[in-house]
Amino acid sequence: MAIRLTHMALLCAFGVAACAAPAKEGPKSASAKDNPSAEPADPYPSTYAPYPGQPTVVRNVTIFDGEGGRIDNGVIFFVSGKISSIGGPDTPIPADVAVFDGTGKYLTPGVIDIHSHLGDYPSPSVDALSDGNEMTSPVTPDVWAEHSIWPQDPGFSRALVNGGVTALQILPGSGNLFGGRGVTLKNVYARTMQGMKFPGAPYSLKMACGENPKRVYGERNTKPSTRMGNIAVDRQTWIKAREYQKKRAEGKEQTRDLAMETLADVLEGKILVHNHCYRADEMANVIDMSKEFGYKVTAFHHAVESYKIADLLKANGICSAMWADWYGFKMESYDGIRENIALVHNAGACAIVHSDDENGIQRLNQEAAKAIAAGRRMGINIPDEVAWEWLSYNPAKAMGIGDRTGSLKVGKMADIVLWNGNPFSVYTRPEKVWIDGAMMYDANDPKKRPVSDFELGQIGAGDVK
Amino acid sequence: MKRASLYLAATLMASLSIPAMAQTIAITGGKLAIGDGGEPVENGTVVITNGKVVAAGAGVAVPAGAQRVDATGKWVTPGLVSGFSRVGLVEVTYVSQTNDSTAEKSPFSAALDVSTAINPLANPIAISRTSGITRAVVVPEGAGSVFAGQGAVIDLGADMSPITKAQAFQYVELGETGAKRAGGSRPAAYLLFRTSLREAQDYARNPAAYDGRSKDSILTRADAEALVPVVQGKTPLMVHAESARDILAALDLRKEFPALKLILAGASEGWTVASQIAAAKVPVIAGGLEDLPAHFETIAATQSNVGRMEKAGVMVALGMFSGDDGLQVRVATQQAGNMVALQKVPGATGLRWGQALRAISSAPAEAVGLGDRIGSLKPGRAGDVVIWDGDPLELESAPVAVWIDGVAQPMENRQTKLRDRYASPAPGVLPKAYEH
Repeated sequence: MAIRLTHMALLCAFGVAACAAPAKEGPKSASAKDNPSAEPADPYPSTYAPYPGQPTVVRNVTIFDGEGGRIDNGVIFFVSGKISSIGGPDTPIPADVAVFDGTGKYLTPGVIDIHSHLGDYPSPSVDALSDGNEMTSPVTPDVWAEHSIWPQDPGFSRALVNGGVTALQILPGSGNLFGGRGVTLKNVYARTMQGMKFPGAPYSLKMACGENPKRVYGERNTKPSTRMGNIAVDRQTWIKAREYQKKRAEGKEQTRDLAMETLADVLEGKILVHNHCYRADEMANVIDMSKEFGYKVTAFHHAVESYKIADLLKANGICSAMWADWYGFKMESYDGIRENIALVHNAGACAIVHSDDENGIQRLNQEAAKAIAAGRRMGINIPDEVAWEWLSYNPAKAMGIGDRTGSLKVGKMADIVLWNGNPFSVYTRPEKVWIDGAMMYDANDPKKRPVSDFELGQIGAGDVK
Repeated sequence: MKRASLYLAATLMASLSIPAMAQTIAITGGKLAIGDGGEPVENGTVVITNGKVVAAGAGVAVPAGAQRVDATGKWVTPGLVSGFSRVGLVEVTYVSQTNDSTAEKSPFSAALDVSTAINPLANPIAISRTSGITRAVVVPEGAGSVFAGQGAVIDLGADMSPITKAQAFQYVELGETGAKRAGGSRPAAYLLFRTSLREAQDYARNPAAYDGRSKDSILTRADAEALVPVVQGKTPLMVHAESARDILAALDLRKEFPALKLILAGASEGWTVASQIAAAKVPVIAGGLEDLPAHFETIAATQSNVGRMEKAGVMVALGMFSGDDGLQVRVATQQAGNMVALQKVPGATGLRWGQALRAISSAPAEAVGLGDRIGSLKPGRAGDVVIWDGDPLELESAPVAVWIDGVAQPMENRQTKLRDRYASPAPGVLPKAYEH
């Protein structure tokens, strides 16, 4: 702690914006000069602005609206970055707009990956660029993933052109119990992280239970080295966070503490908890811990054993962000089964398909397809259009952006993928991707393939990937 | 139903007791692809006798007395072959006691032989088998040398005899990984490689005189002995090289060691030097979906790599170069399907469906010199057959029946047991532990 305070003091002495700049709004808006407790509301604000689009219609297309709806022979019209109308073949088509024929094609909301490390574990995976895990202490809620993000990661482009990913949550790694803040991005290249940041998206807190923290710190003969150590350190930290939050809420002066600020925001429901956790029994422990301290777990990530406690997860309103078929790479993933996602969905709990992987993020639609198939083989018949909730609306809701994107409803962001076939077929790829109504990828136009600075001028730059 | 079900071990015993010999099976009526690169035919028949394919195709007669299996409405293919894997060496990747891929502290390198470690009862074997994978090229991971050891080809049958071919090839790292293992640079890797092969030649000339214990010798006696058939061209040398320059350097090794029988593994930038690979007649085992500059040696990676190499005349097989190579060889069908998908992407180069199936059946078999024994449904090949409930490369499809060497395989595994136990999560009158 002393080290952290000293570090902050140094930063402030050099006039770093976070310390000196007056906050913009909200109850914490008193000038930092006047009040050392004052937190700036938004010290690293988004500078993302939608790129120009043109009024666009896609017609004769099969639409999955992201909220379980399906429209055959559908029409969608979007303008000024927003969905203006959506419906069947009779939907009026305005004049003077770009019209694409979607015959034989499918149109869906953009895929949203709730668990990505693009930018903080980028390609190439060299030590110099590996910035995802601050494994110097098991409790690092003070670190923010956004400060590790390298916006030139070539992975963003692959997620766009092969995966149809339009938004993604970048999380810190799982080496720590409290890994730090996660951030949500629009999948649009920019010169800065701020230029990618999803405007107004809430922050998240990455937590981890199980093998990773106990292994990382146990190998150093430090706490935690066991699962009971994990929970003990968690609880002790929440006790401290509650004290900090109480003082803050009462307006009492206290030295700013970045870690505690994040945890206090969690306790006040402003920051959403995304908890890496594999085993059913451990998820149950975490649920009880969240009740002990009065916070909510928004989603368990990886959650390979969610199928064993789908009823418990439903009762507690917690989402599971899952792979389709990963299993066995570590002990706590030993019981992974392909039916996990379908079983969670079937129990009425919230299911999300996630990647945690720079390759998997390019095929989340295919992962969902495997889960649909596994479900159907055991008699759980989930229609394609309903399963699409796993890929856009459910993750959007769990990231606190479900009111703005994740489904194709009038007034929402025009984050849209046109697929060259049924997106649950292995033979299908994105043909066009729009983000806020701007066409950011077109398979038919090599100029609409983004090339990051890293790849520019290298062999294969601008190639199909 | 559940009460009557058996543990896998018991199932194994049962299948062992069914002799494959003197038995003829005819699989009829299905959409049949034999794995040689051709497109599927309707209403095909496969005849297996004494564990081997006798005939496969449209219009094949069913011998009298054959056990008939009706595959109408279904697809029939050869059992699939993973071209690059660690299946059978791994139960839980990060539980070191269950992972025999690598041996960091061993004094040996080229002599390490994965065939001594294959566990046919490892759960990933059954999980892969029930997904249609019947054979796998198993590659040692290596640690302290550019030479990782001797790989094997295995079957994934529910029996205790997994080895199709032991010491099937030697695996060597000559890219970034090889440089690291040789001490830190590519020159160190190549010097280690050349010096080792020369020592193997010394050993071959006079085994008794070879002093593997001298401080001057690079190789132990065992390692030198293992490299003799490699330098003599009797055992293939599988070279892991990703970048264009490393691939060309690998092809150049034959200038000094002309007998080397090369196989390229990885080859992410193979498309940039495809004509040279084709001219050298060296087969390639690649991942297919790698399209990121994950390392500086894969800067030009693209999913079109496989298609472009095939187009240039290179024979390409698919294997697992990312993810869990000991656990997930079942994604072979997804990899192959994605190669077909590229045909519809402007500017990309993919594979025809038949080529894609070949890349996960006969091509890997041929790459390791076993094309006459496994990997296709041509006469004389092992009776490895899969019946699928749909297009085998589609994500929604799954096997409904699998034969290996003509023996019908159990279709259950630990994951299907967990699935059945938790089909409804809440316990009944007794805890879940009583549901088995």
